Amino acid sequence: MLEKLETKIINMVIAFLEEVGRVAILGREALSGIFSGKTNIKLTLEQMVKMGVDSLPIALIGAGFVGMVFAVQIATEFVKFGAGKFVGGVMAISVARELAPALSGIIVSARVASAITAEMGTMKVTEQIDALKALGSSPIKYLVIPRFWACTIMMPLLTILADLVCFFGGYLVAVFLIKINGSDYMTSAQQLMKLWDVFGGIIKSVIFGMAIAIIACHKGLHTKGGAKGVGEATTSSVVASLIALFVLNYFLSVLFFK
Amino acid sequence: MIKIKNLTKKYNDLMVLDHVSLEIKDGEQLAIIGPSGCGKSTLLRLLMRLEPETNGSIEINGKDIAKLNNEEMIKLRQQIGMVFQSSALFDSLTVGENVAFALREHTHKSDLEIKKIVAHKLDRVGLSGKEELMPSELSGGMQKRVSIARALAFDPKIILYDEPTTGLDPITSITIENLINKIAEEMKATSIIVTHQLSTVFRTATHIIMMDEGKFIDVGSVGQARNSKNLIVKEFITAGLIN
Repeated sequence: MLEKLETKIINMVIAFLEEVGRVAILGREALSGIFSGKTNIKLTLEQMVKMGVDSLPIALIGAGFVGMVFAVQIATEFVKFGAGKFVGGVMAISVARELAPALSGIIVSARVASAITAEMGTMKVTEQIDALKALGSSPIKYLVIPRFWACTIMMPLLTILADLVCFFGGYLVAVFLIKINGSDYMTSAQQLMKLWDVFGGIIKSVIFGMAIAIIACHKGLHTKGGAKGVGEATTSSVVASLIALFVLNYFLSVLFFK
Repeated sequence: MIKIKNLTKKYNDLMVLDHVSLEIKDGEQLAIIGPSGCGKSTLLRLLMRLEPETNGSIEINGKDIAKLNNEEMIKLRQQIGMVFQSSALFDSLTVGENVAFALREHTHKSDLEIKKIVAHKLDRVGLSGKEELMPSELSGGMQKRVSIARALAFDPKIILYDEPTTGLDPITSITIENLINKIAEEMKATSIIVTHQLSTVFRTATHIIMMDEGKFIDVGSVGQARNSKNLIVKEFITAGLIN
């Protein structure tokens, strides 16, 4: 019984490492394709519109409300201890370093990773990926690289907008609901937040974008079966992207801000 | 000339092709028959190198396809057209864009030239003027014809048909079969037709190979197939004729 469990765990670890290896290989292929000038600009722009512009409303609504909720929580407590004038600074640092990149990553994982995997998975099970190869085209060049670029470029742009909306969402609540002085809010943000807090958050979002795109493309390209397979691949893509995002977020935060 | 030597394909422990060898002459119309799941489509995928073989080799025009580099493989694939079982049209592109796809990707032809070629290919399969339609707006038979037009983009010398008439009504099937014959005749192309539809075999093939448990059985011509003494072939053909 114990041996069986042990074998099962070992097999799971091997399967996980194999999966990570395959994702890494796809990432390397995409990067080598990019460096050898295989980027299709038209397809990349199409994907940027699809990913960035279409994700904008949900990203901004999410960022606005998270900022407002965060402000309610910290401002209420800070005011109790007479530290209300630091709310803006704490908000600015939290938003720039963590909230905006992580929130944008989660939204892109949910919206974009699922869309990429569903589209490519459907292409896989309907033989369209094979047709691409049969017509002498590379799925890496035609499908993966444009999505990789689009995700990598749009993620930091979404994060910058989320930074602003989240921070000013917090401002509205802190000033109009908790009655913190608006100028204190802005001054403490200016004093406490460093430029690196913003840059660090943006760099994190670029790495999140790369990871989400590669994981989603990998899951799509390895979809098996019919509609059920596409559904399973899509779910698995979102789960894997989110796990990767959380793990990466921790290590990058330690690396950048500790 | 296509030479398949001692070809083996295994998926884990499942042997799909078991040390098979075959020579396909230029201009031949070869039908590969056999029950569903016997490995017919796998053979086509290996010929197109959509997946690697486990053992053995495939030579096309004297070149071992496993030894070709990326650029050489792209060039070879331009000499081979493949019609997929599900048509495999790119559903985000129009009919015209589907047919033009490889031309846009691999040539420097102008839009006007490509437009003319696309119109000619669509005319050849009886779909003139359908350039702007989306694949979802077409019937199964029309999708199959667009798929054939797309496979013809580079006037290939070898055309692989994977179940070209499966799931189509008898009249549409005959249209597709006539098209296969017309293309083979006009282009002097080698056609390899994988199917389990006997009507398609009898109307299009000059030579028949049957697959059974990963092995080839050389059935011969259509006439020889009808009178085959081989029990497996006989059973398959009798069952096909009854259906």
